[in-house]
Amino acid sequence: MNTTLRDQERRTGWWLLTPALLLLLLVYAYPIARSFGLSLVTQNLGTELQPVFAGLDNYSRMALDGRFWQTIGNTVFFTVVSVILELLLGLGIALVLNQAFPSRGAVRTIALLPWALPTALIATTWTWIFNDQFGVWNDILLRLGLIQTGVNWLGDPNWAMWTVIAADVWKTTPFIAILLLAGLQSIPPDLYEAHALDGATRWQSFYRITLPLLLPQILIAGLFRFAQAFGVFDLVQVMTGGGPGGATETVSLYIYATIMRYLDFGYGAALVVVTFVILSLAVALATWGLARLRAVRAIGEPR
Amino acid sequence: MTLVQKDAPLDVVPPRRWGLAVAVGLLLIFSLAPILWQVLTSLKTNADIAAVPNVYFPRQLTLEHYIELFRRRPFLRYMLNSAFVASVSTLLCLLIGTPAAYALARLRLPGERFILAGVLIVTLFPYILLFLGLLELVRTFGLANTYLALIVPYTAMNLPLTILVMRSFFQQLPRDLEDSAKIDGYNTGQMLWQILLPLTLPALVTTGILAFIAAWNEFIFALTFITRESMKTVPVAVAQLSGTAVFEIPYGALAAATVVGTLPLVILVLLFQRRIVQGLTAGAVKG
Amino acid sequence: MAKLELRNLNKTYTPRVVPLKELSLNVENGEFLTLLGPSGCGKSTTLRLIAGLEQPTRGEVRIGDRNVTHQPPGQRNIAMVFQSYALYPHMTVYENIASGLKLRRMASAEIQQRIGEVSQFLGLGELMQRKPGQLSGGQRQRVALARALVRRPDVFLLDEPLSNLDALLREQVRAELKQIFAAQPTPVVYVTHDQTEAMTLSTRVAVLNDGFLQQLDSPKRIYVRPANRFVASFIGSPQMNLLHLKCEGGFAQLGRCKLPLPSQVTVPPEVIFGIRPEHVRLVRPEDQQVLQGRVVLVENLGMSDLLTVQVEGTQGTLLRALLPPDQSWSGKQISLALPPEALHWFDVQTGDRLPDALP
Ligand SMILES: Nc1ncnc2c1ncn2[C@@H]1O[C@H](COP(=O)(O)OP(=O)(O)O)[C@@H](O)[C@H]1O
Ligand SMILES: [Mg+2]
Repeated sequence: MNTTLRDQERRTGWWLLTPALLLLLLVYAYPIARSFGLSLVTQNLGTELQPVFAGLDNYSRMALDGRFWQTIGNTVFFTVVSVILELLLGLGIALVLNQAFPSRGAVRTIALLPWALPTALIATTWTWIFNDQFGVWNDILLRLGLIQTGVNWLGDPNWAMWTVIAADVWKTTPFIAILLLAGLQSIPPDLYEAHALDGATRWQSFYRITLPLLLPQILIAGLFRFAQAFGVFDLVQVMTGGGPGGATETVSLYIYATIMRYLDFGYGAALVVVTFVILSLAVALATWGLARLRAVRAIGEPR
Repeated sequence: MTLVQKDAPLDVVPPRRWGLAVAVGLLLIFSLAPILWQVLTSLKTNADIAAVPNVYFPRQLTLEHYIELFRRRPFLRYMLNSAFVASVSTLLCLLIGTPAAYALARLRLPGERFILAGVLIVTLFPYILLFLGLLELVRTFGLANTYLALIVPYTAMNLPLTILVMRSFFQQLPRDLEDSAKIDGYNTGQMLWQILLPLTLPALVTTGILAFIAAWNEFIFALTFITRESMKTVPVAVAQLSGTAVFEIPYGALAAATVVGTLPLVILVLLFQRRIVQGLTAGAVKG
Repeated sequence: MAKLELRNLNKTYTPRVVPLKELSLNVENGEFLTLLGPSGCGKSTTLRLIAGLEQPTRGEVRIGDRNVTHQPPGQRNIAMVFQSYALYPHMTVYENIASGLKLRRMASAEIQQRIGEVSQFLGLGELMQRKPGQLSGGQRQRVALARALVRRPDVFLLDEPLSNLDALLREQVRAELKQIFAAQPTPVVYVTHDQTEAMTLSTRVAVLNDGFLQQLDSPKRIYVRPANRFVASFIGSPQMNLLHLKCEGGFAQLGRCKLPLPSQVTVPPEVIFGIRPEHVRLVRPEDQQVLQGRVVLVENLGMSDLLTVQVEGTQGTLLRALLPPDQSWSGKQISLALPPEALHWFDVQTGDRLPDALP
């Protein structure tokens, strides 16, 4: 059997697959690989933008770069807080949307809306809402008597990060809500009925049935959002540009500034590499956890 | 809450329904209020916009900000740029991604699991990690300020989702249909085109919408690879609207730009909510 | 039409999944061969190997004098009816039936003529412009059949074509199938796990189990002379009684009854004895060997009662008998006879039928 049908089928398969693979390699694999290479040279205004081999200099510079550590801290804070808030709120919204009420379809559509809108435009919307002089948020709080004078939400280093997080939560919670809603809908109603016959309260059902069965979706959504939040760019860039005084500067903003403003390509590449590695480790850890969870589930299933 | 219907016999409604009504009301406010506020701002006169305290019910509405957008700024041009880049990259993405999805769903290739895992992992990496390498490529090939500089990365960034969603749709199709086609004498190309394509049309629409939305919204590549005014896409143009005029930020125009720039997507969501949800869950749950 | 020949066909998916082992068989012109076996025994795999939807790990598929083993399905000139019917949902009935012919660049006049004939034959005239979604199960089934017939292939393949129909319709279509395929000379390979279909439709039946061919014979001989213990237990409903008996001096001992072993064999120490419940009868005056027993269970099947009898003089050996429902059997002591011509004997180790004198 030299050229069997199976071989032909395989050949066809590779033909179908190759364009997509090439494009993915070009746009995803090459830039990352290239960054690894670039991170070993110094290429900036000091070298007149010519690459000069520098070994691991960029990395040792990074270790002492306070601004880098600050941005890492900001990124982690932003990521952790926004993902947790989004998961909680998303779960709440999913639970609401899973109830039966009139014109539920329309409400679901409206709830999906924020997810679809361009982040950069939404960022301007929130900038306007949180404007210190004319912003509606200050106006509402003043009218309710919760504050006496307008707060400079985006200009105050204590508040800026929280403001950005609020905008991010608004924009991406619908995505999580949708995934969790799909998960909720896949839980067979018999389970709740059986549990209710056993005398369980709603709260017990939620705790004993809904949460455990939803856990895989929660983790998947969380993982997905974690990776995206870690690379947040549009929102912060447009809302604060990293300010005030670096209070909201995330790693991605620092990378962008290093490359586009300071034209420090070698160091920018090193920043890319380190971010990539951190993210990869986190994702690997999460995937491993997910796989473990699934394995445990699979064993527990027949009971 | 405005949502509770006035004619409902309120004293009969059990507390749980009340709780639900309040929750739905809050959800609607949460989702809509920022958008509506922006719409309102875009229709207010400059005096009302800058009024303290805020004006919630303006006496006078105006279209001047919209007119400014199209008269004094090339906003139509931005819209067309976005539409062109997003449409072309979406079509390309379907054209390249669908055959790949079919191969991964059906043809049992060696190493298929690795490819699939790779495709999944790739969806997790933010574009900030890619733009340096791509910037070099764009410069090397002289692509700065061309549509191609955006179309290629947009096509690629939507490929993973396309492959995952389409693959899950292909897997749901009954295998017998393809076997029957093979026996009838269709070759792989004919089968894809004449049998599978008509059946996957709904899936293609779904995937296409997701890809279009993502391409329309993309920011960092558009910001970096395009500097010429006439080539800019909507997100970058709007973001820079606020950045350029340092002394007087044109809030009205900004609001109008936001409204116009999001309108195509709002329409897509209103028309295709169900499909979008399907696509998102098919793409993510398979992971 | 042409003869179909399978030579030493093997299929291995993974070292542990080997659905087909050394299958060789011929299907001549005009033959209706049924592959019969329990679910998972490799029937569909065999059919897919013939169709070219799978490649054999070893062995050959020949149609007429062509070796088609490495030809793609479209070039083998076979037609197949699937359990799910596999009608193209976006095409009309007419387009569905015509698709295979169009791909072979047949002139449209001839296509029309052929489809006209087939649709008249199957009574599809009214449905030609409908989509499969607008058809009932029975109609879809007939369209699938028409799509195969219109091709005039060298071999027909049918994979459980009746199992998606409800019981009533199934019987009716079964009869139709018999007529349709009896009226034409092309060889047919039919897959089913339903022995009634196999018995009623086939000229020959191939019983498969676990990837091995167990017996290839006419339906009648499969029933009367099952080649081994598996075929004996698989064919016939209710199932054949199969009992482990001790032998002594040319006889096997069942309770107080001495059953004569077939004369040819050197007497083994133990043997598997079989008799179908429908062949067990009440004792008559002329019977010499009588089996006594007590009825422990009665199942009413309508036209007869299925009794489970505990045989006297054994440690709880049970025998099932199909008797006329003309009296109340429950709990009674009864005397049964086992007609010598209805006895089957199988080797304890191999399960093979012991050679006997019957033709
Ligand atoms: N594509 C495949 N890959 C792996 N194993 C398969 C495949 N197709 C069938 N099998 C296995 O081969 C065996 C025979 O299957 P099949 O021929 O479909 O049985 P049946 O007699 O019920 O039609 C089964 O154990 C089945 O699980
Ligand atoms: Mg089968």
